[in-house]
Amino acid sequence: MKAKIRLSEMSRRDRVPLTHVAKEELMPLPPPLQDPASTPDWKPLADKTKGAVECGLDDTCALNIPQPKTKEEEDELVKKFLSGLDKLFTRENNWTFLQPLVLTMEHCAKCQTCSSACHIYEASGQNEVYRPTYRSEILRRLYFKHVKHGGLLSAWQHGDVTVNWPLVARLAELSYRCNLCRRCAQTCPIGADNGLVGHELRKLFSMEMGISAKECHDNGSVLQLKVGSSTGMSSLVVKDNIEFIDEDMTEKTGVKVETPWDVAGADVLLIHNAGEIMAWPENPGAFAVILNAAGITWTLSSELAGYDSINYGLWYDDAQFARVAIKHAEAAKKLGVKKIVLGECGHAHKALSVIADRVLTGELNIPRESSMTLLRDIVMNDRIKLDPSRNDFPVTLHDPCNLVRLMGVVEPQREVIRKICPQFREMWPHGVDNYCCGGGSGFAIMSGNNFQDWRFQVAGRKKLQQILNAFSDCLDPSIPKYLCAPCSNCKGQFRDMLAYYDLWEKNKILYGGLVELIVNAMVDVKPGFIEWEWH
Amino acid sequence: MTAVVYGVLYLCAAVFAIACVARAVLYAKAPIHLRWELYPVPHEEAARVQHGGSYFEQLDWWKHPPSFNLAGELSFMVPEMLFLKALHEFNRKLWYRSFLFHFGLYLLIGTVGLVVLAAVLTLAAPAAMAGSLGLVLHWLYMITGMVGGALAVVGAVALLVRRLTDPDLVNYTTPGDLFNLCFFLVAFAFMAAGYLLRGPDAPGVVHLTAAWLTFDTSIALPGLWSAGIVLCALLAAYIPLTHMSHFIAKYFTYHSVRWDDAATANNPKIAAKLAEYLTYRPTWSAPHVTADGKRSWADVATTNPWEGGKK
Repeated sequence: MKAKIRLSEMSRRDRVPLTHVAKEELMPLPPPLQDPASTPDWKPLADKTKGAVECGLDDTCALNIPQPKTKEEEDELVKKFLSGLDKLFTRENNWTFLQPLVLTMEHCAKCQTCSSACHIYEASGQNEVYRPTYRSEILRRLYFKHVKHGGLLSAWQHGDVTVNWPLVARLAELSYRCNLCRRCAQTCPIGADNGLVGHELRKLFSMEMGISAKECHDNGSVLQLKVGSSTGMSSLVVKDNIEFIDEDMTEKTGVKVETPWDVAGADVLLIHNAGEIMAWPENPGAFAVILNAAGITWTLSSELAGYDSINYGLWYDDAQFARVAIKHAEAAKKLGVKKIVLGECGHAHKALSVIADRVLTGELNIPRESSMTLLRDIVMNDRIKLDPSRNDFPVTLHDPCNLVRLMGVVEPQREVIRKICPQFREMWPHGVDNYCCGGGSGFAIMSGNNFQDWRFQVAGRKKLQQILNAFSDCLDPSIPKYLCAPCSNCKGQFRDMLAYYDLWEKNKILYGGLVELIVNAMVDVKPGFIEWEWH
Repeated sequence: MTAVVYGVLYLCAAVFAIACVARAVLYAKAPIHLRWELYPVPHEEAARVQHGGSYFEQLDWWKHPPSFNLAGELSFMVPEMLFLKALHEFNRKLWYRSFLFHFGLYLLIGTVGLVVLAAVLTLAAPAAMAGSLGLVLHWLYMITGMVGGALAVVGAVALLVRRLTDPDLVNYTTPGDLFNLCFFLVAFAFMAAGYLLRGPDAPGVVHLTAAWLTFDTSIALPGLWSAGIVLCALLAAYIPLTHMSHFIAKYFTYHSVRWDDAATANNPKIAAKLAEYLTYRPTWSAPHVTADGKRSWADVATTNPWEGGKK
């Protein structure tokens, strides 16, 4: 068994990483990846990186926090951290999550029930640093010592911790070693939420210290608020792209495809994750085919952020989260649509439907609905003609955490798949007990340094195991297989992870969304919508 | 001596009650947070609870009247409270220990209730207690007390052994955690020894309780039993001051967090609270937040520092 890394080591002053993740120690994978030697090697961090930024936690680095040059600089950063810690526990600054955070701080029994539920802890070979309670126990001790101003008696009761810059820097990195999937919280007998701790730590670092993952902030929510989309597409560019997709879809399906823009009073404002438009154009194309065929009055919006449902603030910053959510609602209000329907993006579902429900007040609280529900209505009520034999290949379904465990949309997508995919098989476990794809909470878009190695070897490992097990009877490359993931971020993770392990070339495992399967089965379109080509 | 024991009992009962109420009020008065539910939510419609679904699974969900499945909640809560269902499901090794301990405590709490009931009846209707009712109550509290005490002690020892030997727990175990379990064991040991060795002239538990209720200091309490009573009273007062008050917290972690799926639309109570919170003035320091302690949450949320290409 790997040596336990003590909590006090977080304050160690050297910059030698607390832990090393060796391939041989990771959770074994099923065939064809059962031999660790056959899996890709982990790219070591560059010496230049190690000399310039804080990477004293493990073998990777997500945040690139510059190393302070002087003791005074270190002290200033620690002071700022403690100031943020205080704010995290005040109504004025954190009414948004104060109650669940305080409950989690004060009542975790440290029984470790949550550890066995965490895919990262399990996949890492039970590496102590990745235990859900490791980071939360540090925050808990800081809370009792610095927020509640506990003295010796408190340290005796709750445990002590030495706060210094190495601890703060490691804690920042550690908050980005959790997918925020909250599977740990689901198993807690008391109801403590160690997943929330990761979220709140990220928030403290972002909102007080301006420290966050560049992919989520600068290239994410900032870009979205600046030009309209985290992809960098302005409304003019996105309209051009959609026009191109319409032409392509018309040719591909034999059905005239036209995407409506800015239709006032439409029944549905559809908001895609704009990443779909760039990376998987067949997804918005398939939506257009289905909605037009079903006779839905729908539209896209060209308002700022109105054509990109992403809301990365969900993962690290309440202010950024609220700003983007309000932009989405304002786009719908301006058009006077009856409802917003969210495309295939899990975090956008949870962000706008669930979390933003207590941000959008008054007229901005426009009804929001999952596309899974609308698609179920269309398919199950035979509003389009479908031929399931066109989907006669093995299909499994990934449950995006944000859509399923955190929003309760479980069955609609299954009803559709059961109807149109004769060879559907579930992963195990699935539904609200699912495992995260490993790309959750922003990881799917994070690839700095060697973070991808960690993402595919550790964070995504459990899901990879599930996928391979689901297809264990048909791994032969002569049988094309479809991993249905109705979520852009999950698809991003699968695209990169399946390529990393060469599972398309060697085993013909393709990934894609739900609407592609529906259009592939539509009688009125040309056969072969799914082209079985890597993309 | 007897008066001192009574005083400690009154004081500890008051501390217990006040600390429990204060903790509950603290959590209840916390702001309504952003929704953070976790599925399954058992008060959903029964058909949806089966697979962990929510009202979001319905087309145009806002057009349907909100439903509340009390039977669903109860069928989750009762096994959870009585038998620690979640622990049974997700951590069986710990459940064997924890269930013995907690169920033992439940029986002991029941014992206290039965003894108080018997004492009150003895004072109010002595004739009734002289008959079969008194006999039934006597055997009930004797059985629950003995079984409960035995289970709680065995459970506490098992939990203590696990805390000391399980390598997964070492990193997270504080001296306070060990003290808590030892406190239970010592208090129960003194109580049991004091009761069993109290001698033929000492009062029974009902007699003692009746005397305590009426502040009758004429009874003579043996020293060992007095120590047991005082230790148990101190333990009761100590529990709500620690994380062991999870019996209070659990109500909020489940009802106010995990299962709080109340939609804001058509909910004036939530809307009014949110309107208040949006006037709060945050002081987060990162420049992009644009919070200066003067601007409200509403100002911050409706500010786009980058609108029109601004940096």
